[in-house]
Amino acid sequence: MRTAIRFDNVTLGYDRHPAVHHLNGVVERGALLAICGPNGAGKSTLLKGIIEALPPLGGSLAHPNVAAREIAYLPQAANIDKSFPINVFDLVAMGLWRSRGPFGGISKSDRAKIARAIAAVGLDGFEKRSIATLSGGQFQRMLFARLLLQDAALILLDEPFAAVDSKTTADLLRLVAAWHAEKRTVIAVLHDFDLVRAHFPETLLLARETIAWGPTCEVLAQENLLKARAMVEAFDRKAEACERAA
Amino acid sequence: MLYTYLVSPFVEFEFMRRALVGAIALALAGSPLGVFLILRGMSLTGDAMAHAILPGAAVGYLVAGLALGPMTVGGLVAGLLVAIGSGVVARTTILREDASLAGFYLISLALGVTLVSLRGSNIDLIHVLFGSVLALDDATLILLASVASVTLAGLALCYRSLVVETVDAGFLASVSRSGGPTQIIFLGLVVLNLVGGFHALGTLLAVGVMMLPAAAARLWARDISAMLGLAAVQGMAASYVGLVISYHASVPSGPMIILIAGLFYLIALVFGSAGGLLSRLPPRRHLRA
Repeated sequence: MRTAIRFDNVTLGYDRHPAVHHLNGVVERGALLAICGPNGAGKSTLLKGIIEALPPLGGSLAHPNVAAREIAYLPQAANIDKSFPINVFDLVAMGLWRSRGPFGGISKSDRAKIARAIAAVGLDGFEKRSIATLSGGQFQRMLFARLLLQDAALILLDEPFAAVDSKTTADLLRLVAAWHAEKRTVIAVLHDFDLVRAHFPETLLLARETIAWGPTCEVLAQENLLKARAMVEAFDRKAEACERAA
Repeated sequence: MLYTYLVSPFVEFEFMRRALVGAIALALAGSPLGVFLILRGMSLTGDAMAHAILPGAAVGYLVAGLALGPMTVGGLVAGLLVAIGSGVVARTTILREDASLAGFYLISLALGVTLVSLRGSNIDLIHVLFGSVLALDDATLILLASVASVTLAGLALCYRSLVVETVDAGFLASVSRSGGPTQIIFLGLVVLNLVGGFHALGTLLAVGVMMLPAAAARLWARDISAMLGLAAVQGMAASYVGLVISYHASVPSGPMIILIAGLFYLIALVFGSAGGLLSRLPPRRHLRA
């Protein structure tokens, strides 16, 4: 039972048009995996496939130890209505959905948990602030507090540091490291290779198909990166079927 | 003196008491729905749905004349068909929900007016469009009270799902399957209130008592629960004030209730502390030594 996710010849895409081709491999439980690759390489698509928001066009994808709705997923640019009149505390409290559901009461110990999560991301004092007043970095911290409360065994992050400064990135990376230490499986889509080399032991380099998957220092070698870029540029948008059937 | 002006109309005349109870029930249930319609960016949906229920009510009217039961059932069926139909179109075709809703409600409205004119006089049509809050019988009052009870109970049950779905639909979809059913229940409650409302205030004004207090509350409140309470209070206050003025000035009650709600809205537009015009003026001095 060491497997968190198994990809078995998975093809994912939109409108019957594949975006990720014939992916094979296993993500071990407790892995800290970065997914890298050029724009349009299918990284976000892969995450959507894992949470079962996108059914595979071919092959199969399994996460035997965790149900799809128990995966914590932070989308790229979360589609949150920032003008909604809700405060930070209540928004973070949504992270308790799995244990409290649509009707369960929020107990005193839950309130303490929420407060701890808010403190852990460095937003203490912001509990009563309306979400409309947060800066981009503060907003991302708040979403990480919600992730903390979700207490998930499998955590997917889609470009979590795309629009935040280096201080916020460093703080949030500490949370990622803590999750890793707690043996949770964390998969993050990232563009900053230096950050990946420093913090992520394992990397999947994706360019519509696997270019390389393994220890970060080997995967992010120059030849692989060039190959990845060439793969995406050469991609034919009109291609009906996959020219390299496995 | 003040008593004569403010209270005695309701003591002396039963129809005024009935009107007050009916309008308050409508405001109590309609205004929280209006709050969610506004927060979900669906402010005009109420208006469109109000038109959409017309052919159903008209079919009921053709079958049974100005009778409560058939017109209510007909309105409910037509409203739900349009609500669910436009949702399905939005999910399965390239059209977005607003476009598909516009298409459906325009068809529905034209159909409704045609059907009403097949049998009735203009007076009947005016009843459907503008209601008759001063002529509520027992059956209508019970209908309005039931609609209000069902609405408040329904909103209480799906409140958390509805809030989460409105703030962050993607998050709700990632942790639960309740998003779709929540949307349908919510739209169902909106239709239910519009159908209930058109007996008292007519289809057009029923939307007013739903949206105006909610829009005004948005300009005062920074928190959704405060917004809900404030909208309900303003809706009920507008019902009372509107009835009193219409009694003394001998003007139609339904439009007067909406005008008072509109006045509250205009006041909030100017003075509202959470985004009204005055609160957005630049501060007098930015820095002070």
